[in-house]
Amino acid sequence: MKAVCWHGTTDVRVDTVPDPKIINPRDAIIKITSTAICGSDLHLYDGYNPTMKSGDILGHEFMGEVVELGSAVKNVNIGDRVVVPFTISCGSCFFCNRDLWSLCDNSNPNAWMVEKIMGYSPAGLFGYSHMTGGYAGGQAEYARVPFADTGLFKIPDGLTDEQVLFLTDILPTGYMAAENCDIQPGDTVAIWGCGPVGQFGIRSAYMLGAERVIAIDRVPERLKMAKEQSKAEVINYEEVDAGEALKEMTGGRGPDSCMDAVGMEAHGTGLEGFYDEAKQALRLETDRPTALRQAIVACRKGGTVSVPGVYTGFVDKMPLGAFMNKGLTMKTGQTHVHRYFRPLLERIQNGEIDPSYIITHRLKLEEAPHAYEIFKHKKDNCIKVVLKP
Amino acid sequence: MASTSQDKQNQDESNETGRWASLIGGGAMVLMGLRQRSLRGALTAIAGGTLAYQAATKKGGIQEALGMDKTITVEKTVTINKPAAELYRFWRNLENLPHFMKHLKSVTVISDKRSHWVANAPMGASVEWDADIIEERENEFISWASVEGADVDNSGFVRFKPAPADRGTEVKVVMEYAPPGGAVTAAIAKIFGEEPEQQIGDELRRFKMLMEAGEIATTEGQPKGS
Ligand SMILES: NC(=O)c1ccc[n+]([C@@H]2O[C@H](COP(=O)([O-])OP(=O)(O)OC[C@H]3O[C@@H](n4cnc5c(N)ncnc54)[C@H](O)[C@@H]3O)[C@@H](O)[C@H]2O)c1
Ligand SMILES: [Zn+2]
Ligand SMILES: [Zn+2]
Repeated sequence: MKAVCWHGTTDVRVDTVPDPKIINPRDAIIKITSTAICGSDLHLYDGYNPTMKSGDILGHEFMGEVVELGSAVKNVNIGDRVVVPFTISCGSCFFCNRDLWSLCDNSNPNAWMVEKIMGYSPAGLFGYSHMTGGYAGGQAEYARVPFADTGLFKIPDGLTDEQVLFLTDILPTGYMAAENCDIQPGDTVAIWGCGPVGQFGIRSAYMLGAERVIAIDRVPERLKMAKEQSKAEVINYEEVDAGEALKEMTGGRGPDSCMDAVGMEAHGTGLEGFYDEAKQALRLETDRPTALRQAIVACRKGGTVSVPGVYTGFVDKMPLGAFMNKGLTMKTGQTHVHRYFRPLLERIQNGEIDPSYIITHRLKLEEAPHAYEIFKHKKDNCIKVVLKP
Repeated sequence: MASTSQDKQNQDESNETGRWASLIGGGAMVLMGLRQRSLRGALTAIAGGTLAYQAATKKGGIQEALGMDKTITVEKTVTINKPAAELYRFWRNLENLPHFMKHLKSVTVISDKRSHWVANAPMGASVEWDADIIEERENEFISWASVEGADVDNSGFVRFKPAPADRGTEVKVVMEYAPPGGAVTAAIAKIFGEEPEQQIGDELRRFKMLMEAGEIATTEGQPKGS
């Protein structure tokens, strides 16, 4: 089959590789009909994860049709149309039982790698480096899905791929990030990053009752989408200082919650930006936390900071003094995708949201190298790419 | 009446035995209490001190004199979301162990107490030993030690303890092994890995996966680009 393989920093290629096969009784094989590129893939593309190996198959936002089942999978049938959560979860451990699917104890065969850095290992993830299991991803014609009896969700007839594809990751991610904002009536939520996660964060914050949502980015078409599609107020942080603008816009009190939907490759300005880029290049700092620093400082006293943006290692110069003295709460995590499938599918079915509006590019799987390039550099107004195998 | 030094020694040993029993049964880290005592000695003592094992109870002796005291001791604990009885039953059938202990080729049960172990060594070779169960308490505890003539002198125990508030079972493994030196030592080091802690940890994790999820997560055999 054809698959998008990582070969080094900014080097992805469409290779011909063997077809996946059933390995364990709870496995299934999916013939992929749609697959997307995520901001998380850019962290791998840009070489910020030291546990990638040449030849690894990328991709964790995919859906398709069941073509083969392991002997233990009884709740889906060959031919079923399914979406696949990007988190791999066993369904029977302490964490899965508590609805904390991205923290599954039993899905990462390389847990020891993560334990060295994080103490304990979260769940295995598709196509997301060896420290999260080294599972082959779904930017391919076929994929093997472990624990398929908990990790496949059937799609009712009448919904297109584009309407349901983002249930695999970014729609629940934006939604969980908004839940993590602990929104109360009258609240103002500030969101750093107007990529796909930020866009769904804005939508979800309104769905959960936010009074105002203020979105921050510098890419004009992303700010435009936030404003026109989701009615966010927007700040271009290259034109004004985001912190000062937020203070003025919120009557001097500050936003009640702040969301970092940017993550470890935040773009920084001025001396601070230079400092982080230099340290990250020298591997003295693995992640650049510009947006997170700003979110902490901008947040009102007693407020909540929600962090869907991905970090993998260490950061520098965190304003912990602000965090502590203002009595803030921080909530974060890889998304518990399984938890959100049904409620969000319902919102799609009853027309509350049609997530397909964020798609700007529909390309062939073979065009993946070009797709990564334009998504990373925000060329051609690219916001979200869907690849068709 | 003044106590004799023999009485005192008996007293000390029974204190030591009691301390050990509570250490193994409790929530503390066993290795912190091990100090200079060998695990085998402690296990034998709490089981009632079968003299047959005494020869190997103390560290030191010739091995230490030759600078070959390479005794390695590891301790790992994992919590498994299953009742102790179920976990105990699986483990007590020692022939099940190679399912999750990657370095084992086979375990053959010879009698109720004795079993024969074969472990993989580098380049297709293997090392073997017979082991006896020293003590077992149903659904709680199994301890074992290799008998004379083992390629690798080893001993250990596994303990199953219900976690508070029905949160599964805490499974603790403590193992000690003393490679005999020379080329075999190198082979043993390979078998147990550069980091025995990690090796035992991984094996316990696979045990947990097998018990909780019914299978062991793996990517062996999946496709990749060249
Ligand atoms: N928690 C999860 O489970 C989960 C799931 C999916 C994605 N993510 C993470 O969410 C983050 C966003 O993903 P995405 O797909 O939207 O990525 P993306 O790269 O498309 O979007 C990031 C946006 O942040 C903007 N940005 C960069 N620096 C900024 C700054 N200093 N201030 C404000 N905006 C800034 C960029 O211009 C870009 O529009 C990534 O870190 C990704 O890994 C997390
Ligand atoms: Zn993603
Ligand atoms: Zn689990």
